[in-house]
Amino acid sequence: MAEITLIEAVRAAMWEEMERDPTVFTLGEDIGARGGVFLATEGFLEKFGEDRVIDTPLAEAAIGGIALGAAVNGMRPIAEIEFGDFIWPAVNQIIGEASRVRYGTQGRRTAPLVLRVPYGGGVRGGLFHSQSVEVAFAHQPGLKVVAPATPYDAKGLLKSAIRDDDPVIFFEHKRTYRLVKGDVPDGEYTVPIGVAEVKRPGSDVTVVSYGLVLHYCLEAAATLAGEGIDVEVVDLRTLRPLDTDTVLTSVRKTGKAMVVHEDTKAGGLGGEIAAVIAEYAFEDLDAPVVRVAGPEVPAMPFSPLLEAQFMPSPEKIAAAIRDLAAY
Amino acid sequence: MLGEQSSKTQGATSNVAGNGAGPPPLNDADLLDMYRTMVLSRTLDQRIWQMNRQGRAAIVASAQGHEAAQVGAIRALDPERDRFYIYYRELTTMLALGVTPLELLLGFLAKDGEPLSGARQFPLHGALDRSRRDIVSFSNVVATQLPQAVGVALADKMRGEKRVTVAYFGDGASSMGETHEAMNFASIHRLPVIFFCENNKYAISVPLSRQMNIESISSRAAAYGMPGIEVNGFDPVAVYEAVGAAANRALSGDGPTLVEAVVERFLPHTSDDDDTRYRPAEDLEGIRDLDPIPATEKLLRASGILDDALDQEIKESAQKTVNQATEDAENAPFPEPHDFYEQVYAPGSPGDQS
Amino acid sequence: MSIIGIELPHVGESVTEAVIGKWLKQPGDIVEKFDPLVEIVTDKVSMEFPAPHSGTLKSIVAEEGETVAMGATIAEMEVDAAVAATTTSHPDKTTAPSQAPPAGRIGTLIQGANVGPTGGTFRDTALEDRPRPPVDAAPAAPRMPGQGVPRRGYSPVVSRLAAANGVDLETLTGTGRDGRVTRKDVEAAIAAGPSAAQPLTEQPIGEDRLVQPSPIRRMIADHMVRSVSEIPHAWSTVEVDVTGLVACRSAQRQLFRERHGVDLTFLAFTAYSVARALRENPLVNSTWEDGTIRLKGRVNLGLAVAAPDGLVVPVIHDADREGISGLARRIAPLVERARSGSLALPDVQGGTFTLNNTGTLGSVWGGAIINHPQAAIVTTEAIVKRPVVLSGPAGDVIAIRSMMNVCMSFDHRIIDGAESASFMQDFKRYLESWSVDSELD
Repeated sequence: MAEITLIEAVRAAMWEEMERDPTVFTLGEDIGARGGVFLATEGFLEKFGEDRVIDTPLAEAAIGGIALGAAVNGMRPIAEIEFGDFIWPAVNQIIGEASRVRYGTQGRRTAPLVLRVPYGGGVRGGLFHSQSVEVAFAHQPGLKVVAPATPYDAKGLLKSAIRDDDPVIFFEHKRTYRLVKGDVPDGEYTVPIGVAEVKRPGSDVTVVSYGLVLHYCLEAAATLAGEGIDVEVVDLRTLRPLDTDTVLTSVRKTGKAMVVHEDTKAGGLGGEIAAVIAEYAFEDLDAPVVRVAGPEVPAMPFSPLLEAQFMPSPEKIAAAIRDLAAY
Repeated sequence: MLGEQSSKTQGATSNVAGNGAGPPPLNDADLLDMYRTMVLSRTLDQRIWQMNRQGRAAIVASAQGHEAAQVGAIRALDPERDRFYIYYRELTTMLALGVTPLELLLGFLAKDGEPLSGARQFPLHGALDRSRRDIVSFSNVVATQLPQAVGVALADKMRGEKRVTVAYFGDGASSMGETHEAMNFASIHRLPVIFFCENNKYAISVPLSRQMNIESISSRAAAYGMPGIEVNGFDPVAVYEAVGAAANRALSGDGPTLVEAVVERFLPHTSDDDDTRYRPAEDLEGIRDLDPIPATEKLLRASGILDDALDQEIKESAQKTVNQATEDAENAPFPEPHDFYEQVYAPGSPGDQS
Repeated sequence: MSIIGIELPHVGESVTEAVIGKWLKQPGDIVEKFDPLVEIVTDKVSMEFPAPHSGTLKSIVAEEGETVAMGATIAEMEVDAAVAATTTSHPDKTTAPSQAPPAGRIGTLIQGANVGPTGGTFRDTALEDRPRPPVDAAPAAPRMPGQGVPRRGYSPVVSRLAAANGVDLETLTGTGRDGRVTRKDVEAAIAAGPSAAQPLTEQPIGEDRLVQPSPIRRMIADHMVRSVSEIPHAWSTVEVDVTGLVACRSAQRQLFRERHGVDLTFLAFTAYSVARALRENPLVNSTWEDGTIRLKGRVNLGLAVAAPDGLVVPVIHDADREGISGLARRIAPLVERARSGSLALPDVQGGTFTLNNTGTLGSVWGGAIINHPQAAIVTTEAIVKRPVVLSGPAGDVIAIRSMMNVCMSFDHRIIDGAESASFMQDFKRYLESWSVDSELD
């Protein structure tokens, strides 16, 4: 058992999978000698060589398309999009193409690729280094979308993603990279895609979240425990396919549900979760489903107070839970 | 003479063929076979167009005018060895690779048993079973296949497999950013790719003069450090030679080549288009004079390879094949939605609804 | 001038300590802000640390080659007092992550660890010395629909649970916002179960017998003790002339039964009258609650009924909204259920005031114990014919009248004599308002 950061967990998963399977390789911007801007591939070039650790030109459409082509042709590429905000040129290849490969060929071709996407704010990233872009991908059938919050989940889920026979978009919240430290077993393990986890059991309110703000939810829950409010925190871990069973089981128990995400509110994943709850757990609801999410501005501003205004915080989340618990 | 004076080479490398080797010369049987495929393609193409006008084929992007370029290119490649990332105007390519007229008609009529997508996609889209041919056409979005083809070639190179991946595209797709990204990457890594552009001079209605301010698409190859060959796409032998040289270069590890086959689009962009709204009448009349099928017939006759009886047999055989395929395709059922939810995700994996 | 400590900055991704390289300034040197001060070496980066302030380097604390934890003091500088005043120390900085409690699988957050906006090792100190922004400055928490508006609707789960378990939601006191009945309220009601009468168990002890009180008896006992020990009781009695009421009942009893299917009882009249009087005297329909008085929004009238196992108090909810017939119709089955021990929990919940009809037992005066936590209780005593002096236009006369005593016990924290008198006069007025031909709705 080792206590490692989330970025170390990501690095370990890729390292072990590249050692295990010669069809696994990685490509992206600055991932070679630089080791990736977040050092996810630090030491990979020396270990695996430039044939399997490919520095690409600054060309996200090519990164997506080349990864897709290689995947269709028997490889298991791990493509790194340097920043989530830069992913849009690759959308054509991922949402448009990769998602439809299996369906459009009746399974005669498949696209077992992983697109690693550092995303999210709270890092003074301003309007173009802070975005939460996950919902665009979570909307698309044919893709699998994963967003771990802990080192344990990051490592186990990334290994599952690499071994998965479908395209997996793997969202890593930048702020969690070095902020979150947790236990990871020494031996081999995987965490299944499509399975949410109750990170904290509770009986009064269900809070559904993922990524960085999951930790803020846990912090809020710890605060509220002292006030007699027992919060259950569900970590979605996978955004598509959604583990609605875990969410509904929790909501049926508590009768009160809140979704927390950093992404902006309208059209965010919270709306989908709320709809699922309303559709399938209506008779168990004791209050409206509530969303705590980013505000309706185009992206996260740079200056610290403006950034703080955008970001969900443990205090904001606790206030909202308190309100819901009292309903 | 076929193939003579009908191509020019541009680009950084004057030695187009890498090791200097062009493709072997074509014999009489090769030329006849190519002619046969062109006639079959034209006959089938006309039938599909008719069936569209009857309301039975929902959408057609005709290959009429492209036959010589497509048949010449395939002749220079190895259907068993190579990988074909085609686009939507590749009827002749499909026939040349061994896909049957019935299979193609099943696609145009969206019938059960269509071998590429199970009629989930437009005709000519999807992927053939790899055990037959590695033919892929995922998308209707132009140029997306170019970076994919580069990735395919990258995988072959990583595994040390000697294969050529051909990325087909039109002049319209040459304007896409992905075309640039794909060519740049392929050249950096010297990948075994042929970028095969069928330039029919129109992106739907927009003429070349509004697509680019240069004379030829192949001239761009120089900017990527790879050879570019502009070839007369009405001359199947010239195309054969250009693609053959490019294939040799790819197989010898020297990297990609851009081959631009200049052709004409005899019919509107698709069956939903009306080219009289944007093409001058004299333009449309003039291009038919260059039709590669009568031209090839004439040359084969002049070379003594073809006579009246053989030509009649070839044309009647094509008509008979198409008629039979039409009947069979019309009798085939539409696919039932019983597998509607299958192959969204891998069977048994999270999200699988089948 | 002031002396301040210079701390080893946080540099390098996930590193907790660094080696001090060459000192580029020596004690006594004048240092300009941003002058290279010292070289710092980690396994990730090697960098020059620029001086954070202008001043004079006074002493070097960490010597070249020394391994130092991030945040530890490595030098001392003499700086302007104003600079020193704005320089606060950050205790968490010296806490290396490895000293943090075990992270577990869910993980812990490492204070101060961060990535820069484009992947570097930027430690954002911009807001470090500020309190976290107040929550109301960033209204992420949405206002709930209908917040602040009293609600009468029930949530889906409350409706479903109530229907499945036979809970009358109107009888529940909600603990949610604005008195909303919550899922927990319903679950508590279900868990409490119906109040079923249980036989007494007896055990002979010498000449005596030891009786195990039933749960209800025990509850009544506890309740009574709690009431008299918490509530300072005070009492008041009025005489009421119910001659008209008696005449009205006698005259219309048969017709009433035919029309409404239930007996026209005295209790219907007294319940009607007390409910109206309560509505006019809200202080009597209240509860003393932690130093405040909660005036109840509804008049839910409890009726003390002698059941086989002891006193029970079924409740007529919103009694003030019923006429005589409505009350009669509701009282009859409720009293029946009380006597047969088949009251459901909703039947006994939510009472705001209690009416005790001790008169049926022959009592003419009583000092009842208040039904905690209500503010008061009244007893209606036996109706007896008495000679009464009446004042009429022809002067005083003695007449035989049907008289009834009404006794009230009240919580003297809430109610004084004046308020109790006002209520009793209103009650009396209603009781005396009936005559033989009164129209009964």
